[in-house]
Amino acid sequence: MARELLEGNFAMAEAAVRAGCEAYFGYPITPQTEVLEWMSQRMPELGRVFLQAESEVAAVNMVYGAACAGARVMSSSSSPGVSLMMEGLSYIAGTEVPCVLIDVVRGGPGLGNIAPSQGDYNQIVHGGGHGDYHPIVLAPASVQEAIDLTVLAFDLAEKYRAIAIVMADGSIGQMMEPAELPEMRPLRTTKPDWAVTGAEGRKPRLLSSIYIDPEQEEIANLRLVERWYQIAQNEIRYKEYFLDDAEMVIVGFGTAGRVALSAVRAARTEGIKVGLFRPISLNPFPFAQITELAKRAQSMLVVEMNTGQMLDDVRLAVENRIPVEFYGRPGGMVPYPDEILGEIQRMARQPVALGGDPRLRWLQRLKLAMN
Amino acid sequence: MEPVVETQTVYIRPSSLTDTPTHYCPGCTHGVAHRLIAEVLDEMGVREQTIGVAPVGCSVFAYNYIDCDFVVAAHGRAPAMATGIKRVVPERIVFTYQGDGDLASIGMAEIMHAAGRGENITVIFLNNAIYGMTGGQMAPTSLPGQKTTSSPSGRDVEQMGFPLHMSEVLAKMEGASFVVRRSLHDPKNIRQAKKAIRTAFEAQVRGMGFSMVELLSTCPTNWGVTPVEALHWLEEHMVPVYPLEDFKVSPELAGLKF
Repeated sequence: MARELLEGNFAMAEAAVRAGCEAYFGYPITPQTEVLEWMSQRMPELGRVFLQAESEVAAVNMVYGAACAGARVMSSSSSPGVSLMMEGLSYIAGTEVPCVLIDVVRGGPGLGNIAPSQGDYNQIVHGGGHGDYHPIVLAPASVQEAIDLTVLAFDLAEKYRAIAIVMADGSIGQMMEPAELPEMRPLRTTKPDWAVTGAEGRKPRLLSSIYIDPEQEEIANLRLVERWYQIAQNEIRYKEYFLDDAEMVIVGFGTAGRVALSAVRAARTEGIKVGLFRPISLNPFPFAQITELAKRAQSMLVVEMNTGQMLDDVRLAVENRIPVEFYGRPGGMVPYPDEILGEIQRMARQPVALGGDPRLRWLQRLKLAMN
Repeated sequence: MEPVVETQTVYIRPSSLTDTPTHYCPGCTHGVAHRLIAEVLDEMGVREQTIGVAPVGCSVFAYNYIDCDFVVAAHGRAPAMATGIKRVVPERIVFTYQGDGDLASIGMAEIMHAAGRGENITVIFLNNAIYGMTGGQMAPTSLPGQKTTSSPSGRDVEQMGFPLHMSEVLAKMEGASFVVRRSLHDPKNIRQAKKAIRTAFEAQVRGMGFSMVELLSTCPTNWGVTPVEALHWLEEHMVPVYPLEDFKVSPELAGLKF
């Protein structure tokens, strides 16, 4: 396949089609509506299922039903819509059926705005719905990665009977850049052996998240957490840039990671030994890799488009070995490379002491810069 | 000479009903409704082609009794979940089994839009005018003046609104092919309820779109009466508020004989 100029939302939708998605249920919400629009045309022309639901609540429960019937199924939404889906996601997790969700994150809380944001990190990575479960979360930093991770999401969801979420932000969803779509995969011809499709010639099956006996629910919870450790062992993904000799490590995912890379390149021309670590799997999170970096480097800077949500996970991994600083632009703002470069230069000039609250220090610096 | 005894089977357990004692309270009509569905699945020979969607409420365990493939939906979301199933296996028969809190309160959006889309599913709607599983709170279908644990002085329509007539509302939907209300308070009505359930499933087999049978049901435990009193209370108080009528019957279904 040739590289084409592709918009992120369209590219993720078509990638899902080519990955063999059999059914799509969604609801319009900016900045992901192009996924729904593309599916509304593409799925019926291929004889597959498309349905615009009455709400995200209904959409996720349609996904739940289709997943129970053994279909390769997905939905897409943006932050407030994903909040509405949390009930259904918890049921899907509890029933151990696979599905894929694309979250094109926008500014919040509340109605917020439609600008790019990473404010859903906690909502998505640390659960969101009730009960004990972990979705797989993948964060693209380019249109190409958005395509590749969407395909991967279907494979991982089915491999582990889990929820796989591609967490993009509004800029990945909306921007156009050259990328290559995969070949069209043939659709599956068989249904999984757990699917509820009518008990023809076999005993009836039940798919449910109910375990009325707490002892059985505990067993189910332990099964989920054991499977999660298996996922954590196999599915950590990240990218490293200029880290071989780096004394300072920037950690950023998605668009924030991509902007930080420009800043790292600029700092390198000034002779600052700085590199970038970009987590791709936000869940499972590359804790061990960051711990290793903390043993080698002298300081770390976490960059996010929120007020420091991944920061908490990075600090957990760093184990207070080296000073951690934070720089974020929340609410739908995207940092410029110069802003991050300024932070790198400051940290190179004046080493930060260990301890304290990096988020509070950032808040004070940002407020000074705004005045 | 041995006396000749002729035996005739007049009552057996349908094969689509499992041989499991139900967990329902004495006098509850869920068991009757389950049996009617099982009889219809037997008569149509579709047990192996059918997928049930159980609700949240007392009948969350419907899968223990009706012997077909089952899923359990989140509270009120059964029509959405049934939609997802039916769309990916359209050749199968998909039905939801929902109570009044599930269908008429928390699941109002899902049932309205499933009917509006003419979703080719069948809904068995049990209306007993109360929340059973949580212990007798006011439902959207509770009668004016009805005392419940959350309307201890009786449902005051000025404060708590009026009962919702779901069959009347859903029958207005262009996507609905069959919407009727029946009752489970005596044998005659039970027979009529069964015929309606059969017709609703036949509508789905014929691809005619949304079908629903509302079944007026009892909840002696939470109504605070005996099982027999509950049957009388249903007849005397619920039927006048919820008339047993055919609200929508597509012409193609009207002449069906079973």
